[in-house]
Amino acid sequence: MDEQLRHELGRQGIFVTTLEELYNWGRKNSLWPLGFGLACCAIEMIATSMARFDLARFGAEVFRPSPRQADLMIVAGTVTKKMAPQVVRLYNQMAEPKYVIAMGACAISGGPFKQGYNVLKGIDRYLPVDVHIPGCPPRPEALLDAFMALQQKIAQQSLTGEHRPRHLRADVPGEFPVPVFGAHDLQPPSNPQVWSAPQMRRGEGA
Amino acid sequence: MTSEQGPYLFLTLLGVAALLFALTPLALAWLWARVFSPAKPGLDKNSIYECGLESKGDAWVPFRSEYYLYAIIFLVLDVETLFLMPFAVSFSGLSTGAVLAMLVFLLLLVEGLVWAWGKGVLNWK
Repeated sequence: MDEQLRHELGRQGIFVTTLEELYNWGRKNSLWPLGFGLACCAIEMIATSMARFDLARFGAEVFRPSPRQADLMIVAGTVTKKMAPQVVRLYNQMAEPKYVIAMGACAISGGPFKQGYNVLKGIDRYLPVDVHIPGCPPRPEALLDAFMALQQKIAQQSLTGEHRPRHLRADVPGEFPVPVFGAHDLQPPSNPQVWSAPQMRRGEGA
Repeated sequence: MTSEQGPYLFLTLLGVAALLFALTPLALAWLWARVFSPAKPGLDKNSIYECGLESKGDAWVPFRSEYYLYAIIFLVLDVETLFLMPFAVSFSGLSTGAVLAMLVFLLLLVEGLVWAWGKGVLNWK
C-alpha cells in the first residue's frame, strides 16, 4: 500500500494495516524475557525492569522463570565456559520465535575478562545474537535502546517470502548444538553456523 | 422471543455464542500455527527440566509417605495459633460456655500432639 495514501487515510481517521504488520506489532510489544542474570549486568537489567526505567512501557516486564514461556534471552553478564552449555540449552528450550540480546562487554566479547582461560569470548559464538549492547555495564537506557532496536527489527520481519525469519521456516532447526565442557575448552569452541572468526586482512586501510 | 419456541431457546443461543466466543480465538491461533509457524520439537526442547542442566534419572521417584506426620503436626499447631489469637483477644468478654467450648477444642488439639509425642515423631534423630 502506498505510504502517502495511508498517511492521508490516517489523517482522516481511517486506520489501515496488513496482517503482517498486525502480527509483528503484537509480537514486538509482548517480548517476554527469560529471567536470568549471569553477572553485574543483571543488576542493570533488574533496574531496567523496575519503576524508574520501567521496561513495562515496552511490554517486556514479564520476566519468565521458565524458558517455555520466554521469547527473549538477555545474556546479561560474563558467560563462563562452564555456564555456556546451560545458556545454550536454555535457549534451545525457549519457544519460537526467540531473540537474543547480548548485554555488556562480557556477553559480546568477553569484556575485561577476555584473557581469562575460563571466559567465553562472546555468546555469539553459539547463539544468533540479534542486538549487541556495548558497555561495562551498559546503563538501563542502553538496554532500553537495544529493546527498541529489537522491536524495530521484529516490525520489519516479513511473514512470507524468501527472507522470512527463522521461526517461520520449517526447514531451519530451532535448536543449536550445545557445546560440551571439555577438559581444556568447550567442544566445539564455536558454532560455525552462527559465528566465524573475523578475517584480518593486512595491507588494507582501516 | 415467543414462548412457543421454548423457554430454553434463548439459553441455548447464549450458550452457543459463548462457546464460539471462547473457541474462535483458539481456532484462529491453531490455524495461524498451521499456516505460518511450524512446530520445531527437539531433544533439548522436549526435555523435562528447565534450568539449563540435563535431567538425570526418572521423574517418578518414590516419595516418603511418612511425611504425613509432619503435615498433621503442622496442622495441629497452625490451627491452634489461628484460633488462639482471636480467643486471647476477646478472652475477657467471653461467656463461660464459649470458654468451655474453646477448652474442649484445645483438648482435641493437645490430644493430637500427645498422640504424636507418644508415637515418637518429636524425637530428633
